[in-house]
Amino acid sequence: MIRAAIAVLFAVLAVPAHAIDIQAVTSPGGVKAWLVQDDSIPFVAVEFAFRGGASLDAPGKRGAINLMTGTLEEGAGSRDSVAFAQAVEDLGAQFSFDVGDDSLSVGMRALSENRDEAAALLAEALTQPRFDDAAVERVRAQVQSIIRSEETDPQAIAAKEMSRQAWGDHPYATSINGTLDSVAALTRQDLVAAKNRVLARDRVVVGAAGDISPEELGLLLDKVLGGLPEQGTAPLPEPADLQLTGGVTVVDWDSPQTVVSFAGPGLPIDDPDYFAAYVANHILGGGGFSSRLMEEIREKRGLTYGVGTTLATGVYGQTWQGGMAGSNATTGQAVDLIKAEWDRMAEGVTDRELTDAKTYLTGEYPLRFDGNGKIAGILAGMQLIGFPIDYINTRNAKVEAVTADDVKRVAGRLLDADGLRFVLVGRPEGIEATDTPEAAEVVN
Amino acid sequence: MHRPALPALLALTLGAAPALAQTAAEMPEGITHFTLPNGLETVVIEDHRAPVVVQMVWYKIGSADEQPGKSGIAHYLEHLMFKGTEKLEPGELSKTVTANGGMDNAFTSYDYTAYFQRIASDRLPLVMEMEADRMANLRIGEDDWQAERQVVLEERAQRVDSDPASLFAEERNATLFYNHPYGRPVIGWRAEMEGLTRDDALAWYDDHYSPNEAILILAGDVTPEKARELAERYYGPIPAKGEAEPRLRPQEPTQRSPRRMEMTDPRVPQPVMTRSYVAPERDPGDQKDAAALTVLAELLGGSMQTSVLGRELAMKGKALWVNAGYDGFSVDPTSFGISLVPADGMAPEEAEAELDRVLARFLETGPDPADLDRVKTQIEAARVYTLDSAHGRAYDYGQGLATGLSVQDVNDWPDILAAVTAEDVMAVARDVLGSKATVTGWLLPPPAAETADTPPAATPTPEVQG
Repeated sequence: MIRAAIAVLFAVLAVPAHAIDIQAVTSPGGVKAWLVQDDSIPFVAVEFAFRGGASLDAPGKRGAINLMTGTLEEGAGSRDSVAFAQAVEDLGAQFSFDVGDDSLSVGMRALSENRDEAAALLAEALTQPRFDDAAVERVRAQVQSIIRSEETDPQAIAAKEMSRQAWGDHPYATSINGTLDSVAALTRQDLVAAKNRVLARDRVVVGAAGDISPEELGLLLDKVLGGLPEQGTAPLPEPADLQLTGGVTVVDWDSPQTVVSFAGPGLPIDDPDYFAAYVANHILGGGGFSSRLMEEIREKRGLTYGVGTTLATGVYGQTWQGGMAGSNATTGQAVDLIKAEWDRMAEGVTDRELTDAKTYLTGEYPLRFDGNGKIAGILAGMQLIGFPIDYINTRNAKVEAVTADDVKRVAGRLLDADGLRFVLVGRPEGIEATDTPEAAEVVN
Repeated sequence: MHRPALPALLALTLGAAPALAQTAAEMPEGITHFTLPNGLETVVIEDHRAPVVVQMVWYKIGSADEQPGKSGIAHYLEHLMFKGTEKLEPGELSKTVTANGGMDNAFTSYDYTAYFQRIASDRLPLVMEMEADRMANLRIGEDDWQAERQVVLEERAQRVDSDPASLFAEERNATLFYNHPYGRPVIGWRAEMEGLTRDDALAWYDDHYSPNEAILILAGDVTPEKARELAERYYGPIPAKGEAEPRLRPQEPTQRSPRRMEMTDPRVPQPVMTRSYVAPERDPGDQKDAAALTVLAELLGGSMQTSVLGRELAMKGKALWVNAGYDGFSVDPTSFGISLVPADGMAPEEAEAELDRVLARFLETGPDPADLDRVKTQIEAARVYTLDSAHGRAYDYGQGLATGLSVQDVNDWPDILAAVTAEDVMAVARDVLGSKATVTGWLLPPPAAETADTPPAATPTPEVQG
């Protein structure tokens, strides 16, 4: 689902105290960044994240920011697509350009020996992208191909239908890729406008890790970002109102399995109950092989290869959601089991479950910080969410403080199987759709 | 963004010593290698930047070692390895790992089956004790094996039966390798999976799971001294089982007929072409051709903008995507693959003709020296970036040793790659791309869908039921 990426991001951040020394760096030009300096390997990883992401698409221009992002690396300054890519390869540098609902992220890995040249190239991509006609047409065709692929992918169909029902007229309700029609209509001017909406210094956060000093990072920040506008032309997105209702939607799809997607209300990361929900989710369906749902549906009955849940804590809207795939013949049984476990959480959890969940959630931290690339991404993610720089030192205590009563309370507040929406893509048996007819108007 | 990640080249390993100066005794910094008296070969990869360690145990047994009619048993046993021992309840190993803040999983391939945990380094003894326990003391309860067989059948349904590209790849492999067991899917053919039993699984386990047919990799925050002490304590007491048997599988005969196949499925949104060639693998002391093939794949399809196929097909509006791929970690001859998605409005046969034309010209002219230089630059850069992930390096040594290479072979690989010349590339290109041992496959949407922004009538348009 579209929100899932954000949940993963937060899982990355769910870490307790650990001896990682984060330095706050401000460049001579005033750009702020967080840095973990480590010179043991001669390269640096830097992650630039711009708030708002594809949710800043202008009305009627859905897909513009995604297409723009995909075309940033297709030529800049004096170099066309091929020349630009060759210049990056000549340095042994690696750039990545990705966009999601909440942010547009640009990643860079550069060798210490030619870091400045790599930074200069990245600056060109961000500030002087050419958006040549041939490049735009090529990337447009690729995006349209992806859109067509998603139309025949049951996972994507389920995610799209759930988002449509969940988010009303907020950008979250539709795919960041846009539609075949909206993408077909985008012009070069739309891409320039899209870039100006999102790529600006007033909405960027930066994480860096590796072989670079704070002073050197400051110079790099100004080199890469100095040519960007001070302010984006679009205000940051508004929060979205969750509009999901309980019930079952069936999307007919000829396949031996049904893809089961389910979602209900979630909560933001700054909610006082957030950590209680985080522990509850681990016990319910977040904990891999040890969760209640995996035990009931996979381990005991063999009805699926995998089932899981996640707190999808998007910046602008949140759900508590999950998914699985299983045989059409047993879909009804699986949905009944999901609903039963969803409700049973409000009856409370055992001391053993609570202890194991907390041990896991507080113990997983060192697994997340073993590499410059990962650390740079985590530092950028923390800033996107708005965490303080000492968050890593305080987070563990918040997990430890969660009590069985807290888990029970938050489950009672949020986990109600009657309010859970199921989207089933397949030919499910043993279960009926409950939708009102207007939902049937929307296809694809 | 819209391109596949750089393939095999990034899976390089550290090669600290210059090629000419390297001797058999030299090891890259941070790499230690020893073998226990019971035959368990162990590699330690040190990285003390974070208090994390990865344990991997690789068994030199995979789906290509199965008997005909029992396809899927290697993978099914992998699942059953989580069902407990005399000391551990079913599922307890994973639950214990999770409760200690770690994660664990396992995977099966043609040539190996591997189990791993990633956990805080002070918990390493715990996971080593449990992994050693199930190397020798697996118990499969009467209640567990049938539910787990359902799980692997659901896994097949999810990963293969629901995905036309996977179904097609399965048949393509069966066509490319018509005598070698690489032609059978790792997960197994459905009808044969349905017949697998607890007895089959236990027989497989008894025959193949032993320290002398396994490799232990410890990567991360652990010293060689500690690693050896723990390995001796937990794995040392497990007796070897007989001699490790040579892996003699039926080999492909000389193939004389290039084959073509075509599959049409309403779930396919657009035509995709794949061409696969039988190609040599990395062999102990003999990795030069495999290195040249690795460079060839990068030159042909490593980058959409700068590779030969990228420049000639994608950048000229003839293909939406192109790719070339090769992975030399294999016991027996493996495959070299090219794939292509034609640009909108370009007929499949036209796109294929363009591909053939570009390949033919490449075979005449050879690589552009500047292209080769850039690939070499990336090989050198990868030596540095690779050091950022101890977990990734663990895969290199595990796959290498599990497919018959020595630690030295794995150590030498970056230097062998760096030494590849244009002539080396052309020699393997002529051999492989000119070979008759090839399958060209087209996976197609129903005919009406080939042009179209509008969904064709034959496509089952998703329909929301009220």
